[in-house]
Amino acid sequence: MRFIFKTDYDQDIRLLKHSGYWWSYGVLAFLLALAPFVLGGYLLSQLVFVYIYAIVGVSLTILTGFTGQVSLGHAAFLAIGAYTAGFLQSLGVPFVVYFPAAAVITGAVGMVVAIPALRLTGIYLVIATIAFGFIVEEVAARWEAVTHGNEGMRVRTADLIAGINLPRDEPGFYFLCLGTLVAAIVLALNLARSPTGRAFMAIRDSETAAKSMGVNLALYKVKSFTISAAITGMAGVLFAHKLSFISPEMFTLVLSLEFIMVIIIGGIIGLHGAVLGAVFIVMIDPFLTLLKDDVPTLISSLMLAFGAAEQTAAGVASSIGDIGAAPGMKGALYGLIIIFFIIFEPYGLYGRWLKVKLYFQLFPLYKKATFKRQKTYVKSERNR
Amino acid sequence: MFDFVQQLVNGIAVGCIYGLIALGFVLIYKATEVVNFAQGELMMLGGFFAFTFMTLMGLNYWIGFLLAVICMALLGSAIERVVVRPILGYPQFSIVMATIGLGFFARSIAGMIWSTDDLKIETPFSESVTENVVRIGGLVIADDKVSIIVATVLLCVVLYFFFSRTRMGVAMQATSQNMLAAYYMGIPVKRVFSMIWAISAAVACFAGILLAPSTLIHTNVGFLGLKAFPAAVLGGFGSIPGALVGGIIIGVIEALAGFYLPQGFKDVAAYIVLLLVLWFKPEGLFGLKMRKKV
Repeated sequence: MRFIFKTDYDQDIRLLKHSGYWWSYGVLAFLLALAPFVLGGYLLSQLVFVYIYAIVGVSLTILTGFTGQVSLGHAAFLAIGAYTAGFLQSLGVPFVVYFPAAAVITGAVGMVVAIPALRLTGIYLVIATIAFGFIVEEVAARWEAVTHGNEGMRVRTADLIAGINLPRDEPGFYFLCLGTLVAAIVLALNLARSPTGRAFMAIRDSETAAKSMGVNLALYKVKSFTISAAITGMAGVLFAHKLSFISPEMFTLVLSLEFIMVIIIGGIIGLHGAVLGAVFIVMIDPFLTLLKDDVPTLISSLMLAFGAAEQTAAGVASSIGDIGAAPGMKGALYGLIIIFFIIFEPYGLYGRWLKVKLYFQLFPLYKKATFKRQKTYVKSERNR
Repeated sequence: MFDFVQQLVNGIAVGCIYGLIALGFVLIYKATEVVNFAQGELMMLGGFFAFTFMTLMGLNYWIGFLLAVICMALLGSAIERVVVRPILGYPQFSIVMATIGLGFFARSIAGMIWSTDDLKIETPFSESVTENVVRIGGLVIADDKVSIIVATVLLCVVLYFFFSRTRMGVAMQATSQNMLAAYYMGIPVKRVFSMIWAISAAVACFAGILLAPSTLIHTNVGFLGLKAFPAAVLGGFGSIPGALVGGIIIGVIEALAGFYLPQGFKDVAAYIVLLLVLWFKPEGLFGLKMRKKV
């Protein structure tokens, strides 16, 4: 067990709180830097998707985790970022210009969206952001001069500076995504320990209390939406380059739900959650493929090895394969995962990690009630 | 002018379905202050149950109707027991997400059980299009549309009186305003919850069956539920007549937008209206204005 002797107020807000952080994050950074040279193309590609989802996860953590404003329309911000990249690229604008430009434009849209959202709380905000998502999807399908409508549009390889290309399967692009993710995380961490971040959290905990302490609700909600949208816009640029083709049907409500799942599965209480959740979500597809292809053969060969009849083994294998291959399996799995996490693991994977860590830190004295959430039956959210 | 009236009537018929789905939201919201994002999927399941009873088992329309409604009511209270009750008392967002997850799950499972094809049921209203129409002046309204309008209005009236006149209805309103106080006053809060979910699922089943002649039954019917949100918000979440009026307004706006505005507006008209309502009059047409408390 580690006791930290505090001698300085700054220690409370330091990002790397003690030497353990240097070690663990150092090893992680080393492994991630090594990854593109060790891993195969498929895994590397999945890792890039993890980064992109994690960037959106960070942006949602700022909006939902810090400020308490729920958005089910983040796919729309991603779309705006992606289309900005595609359109500006087709005009011949270099990557270094349109990457920040996409962030600025998406941020501006986020600001505009935030203004009507100021008056909304709870489900109304959820519904309004869903509506926003639909409208953007429809605009992307109809505004053919810019988006090429339902035909979709090609996004060429990113030109970093004259002559230096970042093909989407090369380490260069990998490091671009990793760098953006790290930048987003550092931004969010710094935000969380700044007055702005504290105002966000005050709004999340009680709007009325925050207001009476002099927090300008409108200003900070708009700020939160803008920052979140801008980060998502950058993720959108990376997303466009990674897929090299974008069309309106990619940015549906389901994608927004996947983003929300990222933070629910990962845990809304910290930025670790965004990354863990992104890993989880991106792994669902390979997992289903595994269930379809490899697990049945593995199980049947195991059963044969343990002396089961050949027919039963084949039968079990094919039924497992059927489960994996069933149409809509992904949707059912998504549904079950959401319900499972909401009911049993409300703080997500990161929350589980904190619980395990605390259990060992306080070994014989750990109490389950430490992480118990308070249930309130009295407060009617309509009256808030 | 004639086109306008015809569009208006079509809009009203579609709007009644939105109203019927919105009614499901409103019931659950009114009684438990939970928003059920899986309402559209409950409607879809209702349609599939009806298909099972009417087409697969070959029962009479009305018997099949009744059985499907009963099954859905049971399913509704089962869902309440398994998914909603464990997370009661937590922030509303948890329940929103849980019901969204439920919607995903229901859609996939229905696809696995009943296949993802378009299914049809034989109804007394849809046998042949040419004969079963009601003519008023020059207007032509198909029978299935008439059945939707009549059933929706009837259901709304019944439920309105249920909430305002019966003991159980008043108990439900009390539960919605303050669960704990209602419990102290001797209201069986848990029973209220499973009952309202049962009623709401039954209403969804009504919508699913009435809708079956015009849209067929398939797994994506549930997405209509998303169109019902603007209706519920416009009417003021928590008001039964509001759901109906909101649904009709949204249906009419959609029909007119499809007729008079360029292509593309039809699909988003409802959401634009929704954003405008939330922007200018967030409490909706019939909603109560609430004061904020800490």
